Amino acid sequence: MVQKKSSWVKIKTDSTVGMFLAKRDIKRANPWTTILIVFVMLLTFLNLVVVSGILVGLIEGSVSADERYSSGDILISPFLNKSYIEQTPEVVATAKTVQGFQALAVRYTAGARVESNYRTTIRPDELRDGAGASLLGIDPTVEHAFSGVDKFIIEGSFLEPGDSDSVVLGKNLLYKYTPIEAPGFQTLKDVSIGSQIKITIGDVQKEYYVKGIISSKVDTFDGSVIMLDSEARKLIGRSDYNANQIAIRLVPGTDPVVAKAMLLESGAGQYGRVQTHDEALPKFLKDIQATFAILGNAISSIGLVVAAITIFIVIFVNAITRRRYIGILKGIGITPRAIAISYIVQSIFYALAGSIIGIVVVFAVLKPLFVAHPIDFPFSDGILVATVPGTLARTAILLIATIVAGYIPARIVIKQNTLSAILGR
Amino acid sequence: MITVSNLFKIFKSGEQVIKAVNDISFTVPDGQFVAITGRSGSGKSTLLYQLGLLDRPTSGTIFLDDRDITALSDKEQITLRLHSLGYIFQDYAILPSLTALENVIVPLLMQGLDQKTATKKATTALKRIGLGDRLHNLPGQLSGGQQQRVSIARAIGHDPKIVFADEPTANLDSETSQNVLDAFLELNKEGQTIIMVTHEPEYAALTHRVITLDDGKLVSDVMN
Repeated sequence: MVQKKSSWVKIKTDSTVGMFLAKRDIKRANPWTTILIVFVMLLTFLNLVVVSGILVGLIEGSVSADERYSSGDILISPFLNKSYIEQTPEVVATAKTVQGFQALAVRYTAGARVESNYRTTIRPDELRDGAGASLLGIDPTVEHAFSGVDKFIIEGSFLEPGDSDSVVLGKNLLYKYTPIEAPGFQTLKDVSIGSQIKITIGDVQKEYYVKGIISSKVDTFDGSVIMLDSEARKLIGRSDYNANQIAIRLVPGTDPVVAKAMLLESGAGQYGRVQTHDEALPKFLKDIQATFAILGNAISSIGLVVAAITIFIVIFVNAITRRRYIGILKGIGITPRAIAISYIVQSIFYALAGSIIGIVVVFAVLKPLFVAHPIDFPFSDGILVATVPGTLARTAILLIATIVAGYIPARIVIKQNTLSAILGR
Repeated sequence: MITVSNLFKIFKSGEQVIKAVNDISFTVPDGQFVAITGRSGSGKSTLLYQLGLLDRPTSGTIFLDDRDITALSDKEQITLRLHSLGYIFQDYAILPSLTALENVIVPLLMQGLDQKTATKKATTALKRIGLGDRLHNLPGQLSGGQQQRVSIARAIGHDPKIVFADEPTANLDSETSQNVLDAFLELNKEGQTIIMVTHEPEYAALTHRVITLDDGKLVSDVMN
């Protein structure tokens, strides 16, 4: 008499037999077929991780450039009802005492109008060649140490201490680099290194020579007229050293939230808004980040469906062509579950092999490659965003989809009549 | 002992009704070697499929010892096939991606044996039918006769109560067929019950008993 086995023992036995069959099926399969299936799974994995990673990285590149070159880890800015940070020298002194402090940059900003052909006589109904711009006053030495943004000069050279008659123009102000013509958005034409431009802030006007043109893909610089902080203070009539931006860089590894809390504790919060870089991100950028993440996930989902269908077809063709094989297995007493497990194990093998190769390709090849050679998008240097937990989560999703896609066709074939399968009718 | 009573297998194709197995009854005691013979289309293979639980009869009963095995569920039939029945197919039906040894191991693992014990048992079965030197060969590396012997080893590896053989020599030359028959006789001498379908009278003559079918009916049942 056959002894009744517990469910657990049955599952264990089915798994042992399923593994036994799957291992040998994989080992003795046509190697080129296996390579092709694993290659398809690799492409699916890359589609799942890399496409969304690049989409997110496109914005992430912009965000990280903003952090690296403009706002730093913590940004202090005026309250919304104020035009400057009160007691700026005191706030700067406090910021330097924060644990993990590395560097800071104090900047002056104001809205300004720039004109280039102001010496030319024009008809009364014509507009002068001019553009609305942000004025950005900086200390070149400090800025070099803080952001090193001077390396992005694409024409001429960056400001040096004593360049009180010169400015650097952001490329977005020049028609040559930003050829947009729309009412309300003007750019400067016929401006080159050595050209004279006139800057107007309220009633104050002053002429400067264009010393350089910068293209950093950071709006703080690319949309600004950059001049010495001493000149900016004169133009905006600021003699009290109260600035508009204090960007603070922390030693890598320092938690900006903790540093911000220390700043607030020291009283900096009563003179201006203290925000971490993430908090200071403009809402539209956060929205774009979220939008691209959704887009990436949507595209990944399509990739996932393609992967599931691929595995379904592979297993279905495999099972259909081996209908007799399955019939024989059932005929000699192998349970349908053990046979299904053998196909599921094969599916898992294909998905895991593709994913493991994919993980190696992403983390050992593509990520370092994108860091060394970011994709040159017009508004950012795109990187590949692929975190270990995110990638593992996608691998798990791929595996689950594969298991389902492998099980269904195997189940369809296994359910067929044993004798018909053996006799091939 | 297997007892067959009033067994019918009826196929319907449109208006046509074919009684492939038509009211057959007989009993096979333990240790008997039985040949089922008859012309092509006489229903001998269909009868064997019913006896071997590869197909369900339309009506009638098959008792294995005192248990009605036609009343078992699909799952119970699979378990019974695994533990108590051995099946040898006309075209060997061995699994092409498994070696000779692995083909015999699979049902043993399914019985719950560990791999070491299963390997030992499978090796013994293969050696018993003279394939001790072909354990690790894939089916493609074996001759037809050797493949059929793998099939026999797989059928006897788990010490079944009854071995069913469906024209086991049909695809073999006469010398190899004789070897396969010798293997069956040897097994039977050791007490194995065997029910074999064959259309070759000289092989049927080597068994204890010959059951002859015609148009699905049992027309003779004689002892040799």
